Amino acid sequence: MVTASSRDSRHRELGLTDSEYDLIVDRLGREPGDTELAMLSLMWSEHCAYKHSRKLLRRLPTEGPFVLMGPGENAGVVDVGGGLGVAFKVESHNHPSAVEPFQGAATGVGGILRDVFAVGARPIAVLDSLRFGEPATSERSRYLLERAVAGIGHYGNSIGVPTVGGEIYFEASYDQNCLINAMCLGLAPQERLIRSAAAGPGNLLVLLGALTGRDGIGGASVLASAELGEGDAAKRPSVQIGDPFAEKKLLECCLELLESELLVSLQDLGAAGLTSSSSEMASKGGVGLDIDVARVPLREPGLEPFEIMVSESQERMLCVVEPAHVDDVIAVCERWETLATPIGTVNDSGRLRVLSGDSVAADLPVSILVDDCPLYELEPAPPARPLYRASPPALTGEESAAETLLALLASPNIASRRPVFEQYDPVVQSRTVRRPEQADAAVLALPGGGAIAVSIDGNGRRVACDPRAGAIEAVFECAANLACVGATALGLTNCLNFGNPEKPHVAWQMVEAVAGIADACEALAVPVVGGNVSLYNEAPAGPIFPTPVIGMVGRLPDAARAGRLGFARAGDLIAIAGPFEPSAVGSELGKLLGREPAGELPPMDMQAVRDAHDSVRLKVNAGALQNAHDIAEGGLAVALAECCIAGRVGATVRLPEGVDPFAEALGCAFVVSGAPEALEGLTIIGRVGGDRLELEGRLNLAVSDLREARERGLSGYV
Amino acid sequence: MRFGVIRFPGSCDEVDALLAARRAGEAVILWHSDRDLHGVDAVIVPGGFSYGDYLRAGAIARFAPVMEEVTEFAHAGGIVLGICNGFQVLCEAGLLPGALLPNTSLKFVFRQVDLEVVRTDTPFTRACGDRHRLSIPVKHTTGRFYAPDQQLRQLESDGQVLLRYAPGHNPNGSLRDIAGVCNEAGNVFGLMPHPEHAVDPLTGSTDGLLLFESIRAHVGDGVTV
Repeated sequence: MVTASSRDSRHRELGLTDSEYDLIVDRLGREPGDTELAMLSLMWSEHCAYKHSRKLLRRLPTEGPFVLMGPGENAGVVDVGGGLGVAFKVESHNHPSAVEPFQGAATGVGGILRDVFAVGARPIAVLDSLRFGEPATSERSRYLLERAVAGIGHYGNSIGVPTVGGEIYFEASYDQNCLINAMCLGLAPQERLIRSAAAGPGNLLVLLGALTGRDGIGGASVLASAELGEGDAAKRPSVQIGDPFAEKKLLECCLELLESELLVSLQDLGAAGLTSSSSEMASKGGVGLDIDVARVPLREPGLEPFEIMVSESQERMLCVVEPAHVDDVIAVCERWETLATPIGTVNDSGRLRVLSGDSVAADLPVSILVDDCPLYELEPAPPARPLYRASPPALTGEESAAETLLALLASPNIASRRPVFEQYDPVVQSRTVRRPEQADAAVLALPGGGAIAVSIDGNGRRVACDPRAGAIEAVFECAANLACVGATALGLTNCLNFGNPEKPHVAWQMVEAVAGIADACEALAVPVVGGNVSLYNEAPAGPIFPTPVIGMVGRLPDAARAGRLGFARAGDLIAIAGPFEPSAVGSELGKLLGREPAGELPPMDMQAVRDAHDSVRLKVNAGALQNAHDIAEGGLAVALAECCIAGRVGATVRLPEGVDPFAEALGCAFVVSGAPEALEGLTIIGRVGGDRLELEGRLNLAVSDLREARERGLSGYV
Repeated sequence: MRFGVIRFPGSCDEVDALLAARRAGEAVILWHSDRDLHGVDAVIVPGGFSYGDYLRAGAIARFAPVMEEVTEFAHAGGIVLGICNGFQVLCEAGLLPGALLPNTSLKFVFRQVDLEVVRTDTPFTRACGDRHRLSIPVKHTTGRFYAPDQQLRQLESDGQVLLRYAPGHNPNGSLRDIAGVCNEAGNVFGLMPHPEHAVDPLTGSTDGLLLFESIRAHVGDGVTV
């Protein structure tokens, strides 16, 4: 047998280990050719094969009464009633964005949009979860922030899909390795949903959309599956270039093709381009495919077969079409000025053959591409000492409560996101019932009077402190956001952003965090319908905070009664709903005081918290509450300030005995207001009115000063 | 009455405009390569990013076959409303005065802004009555209204400025806070704010509906061709 040791190191440059290479040779019974090796190196990359996470992900519950499509399809889909399904998924585009933020973020949006319309759903909303280094001190972070936000806007705005929400955190651990996670939701009649399995020997494989070029060669393996380091600027050619106009036409074209029932199956071309899309379609359908790369329309002449097979040129889709429908497909595509080219055929060989005219460039069993990559056991071990350094202190601890509140409101993690979300269109498509800063979750109207709600969240600092409890909080935080607008959670998607999984402490963070997500999902009875894993988020200075990002979708019966976050009516009583036992560990104030992100988070009685969520949701549905806002970063004081600012009205509050106004516990409790009878059984803490926020005996500030501090935090950075 | 809303490749707000217009009358989509307005009573050139805004916002769309029909319709006195990208297209087509330049921030801006209605005796604003202030969102990168000084003075004296950003609400650096202008004949009107996104209390304000209702009332009077 030929072994890796007797060969050159070509496979290593492509990211395969010697033992993986040996396994390939063993399975094939020969050495792979150049095209084959390029294809295998991508399909066996962490990004495509999930080789360090697949076993762990089995821990997550994926079944529930509303699930129409679960993990494994291009996007998960839940039943929202009225014969409609909502498809959604979150995906990362971290490393491309760290190398080239504008195009990296733009194509992150483009990619997640394609995942959603690949299942037959019209994209109706985008949310983004972003992480950068400290904007005040890091020029690089300001650059990444400004360009990534511009890139997201560039793509989402010009394709006509509203960006309705999102979240951003700034922490030094993301300085070199920013995180750009984009989530998309789509809406479809359930009978229009389509899967990606290729079927029907004799059917044709048709490539739709843009020309294929040399961009994004090796993006999934070279960029996404390795740590960042010196020389990354040289990897810029691995980043794809987005063309939202081409995607807009492709989107409309695909939806019309599906409406006309002209397609057998549909798949987007993402990481690893034609290689992954074709092999996954073949694998799901249990069929084989012949692809003739000589027929693929190219942006420039002279591409090698391997380049065509692994190019990550954007705005392309692959579909299977019955021969009788090919002319109709091409006619629809012509109307949308979109290329449609038959490039191959479906057969029953179980092999993926890549032809280049008369020669065979690759001939591989589909299974070796999709199923045979070894899955690795994680070797978790808790770190011997805290992994992350404290931030330089911004406060001394000697400040008054008023000064502390103003400092928190102006801190980049809590400040108004207006400078960011004003660069996005939140209203196109005429469904947006709650825009950013109107409520804790975005709300989108459905036909018939109902609505869906969506939220995305994940505080990495708290997961860094306590991975399991932090991940539980992230799930509950999303659920709390949905409860605030009156929505019942139907399903969630997650993006697991971690460092190098081969390092025991990172593996430990992953195992603990996934266990936390699973615990929370079970407690809330919310299934995971899809997601994405992004590993190797490390720079020479160390790993990012472990950052599981949760995107949750829910449904509410009456869009007109969607909750709001701002206090609304002078004279209303204010109450805390839910068990609230916060602590200083992992808090925003702790960070400002220069404390290390370490320690156990407050324990959560998940059943009691779920009951509190249900109670708030039902009150919102009944129209009994004037506002509902979950208590999160910055604690009760910040939550109250946010309700005052959003409602342009003041409040007088007496803090409950023993509650530190700045201590945190996320996702468990709410600030609500309303008439006395609506708040029966809750802890009444004050009353809405005036133009100042008074916490008796602690602070008394004009709402206008609160607003000014909160507006100041990010201005000038984006 | 029937509105026709043009769909170019890259239009984004055409369905929103269609739904908004249907609150005031009937409405149909007109296809960019179709040289036929299908007998509609008023044309809406909608918002979005026609042809990706490549080259320059509106510069390619103005050459679409349907625009020849729109130009003829406008010259014959037909009612034409251009919203955002549609305003840019109409300027590029020479049907409206002035030009839209990149915002002074050079960034896309979404904002709910207040507008002052300068005149309420036009086909586009007559339903405003005594409503002199409207709350309508803007969303664009290229919305800074510009015209040379002399032309600006002319526009003002001829009463062609129909909408202005209220003090403190100018989102893009438009000269004289101009948000919307009409042609000399008064039958073609373009504005950067999006009235089609202010027609339903569920999703925001309803002030934008006044513009669609104005057009319906005007067409109903039989003044147009």
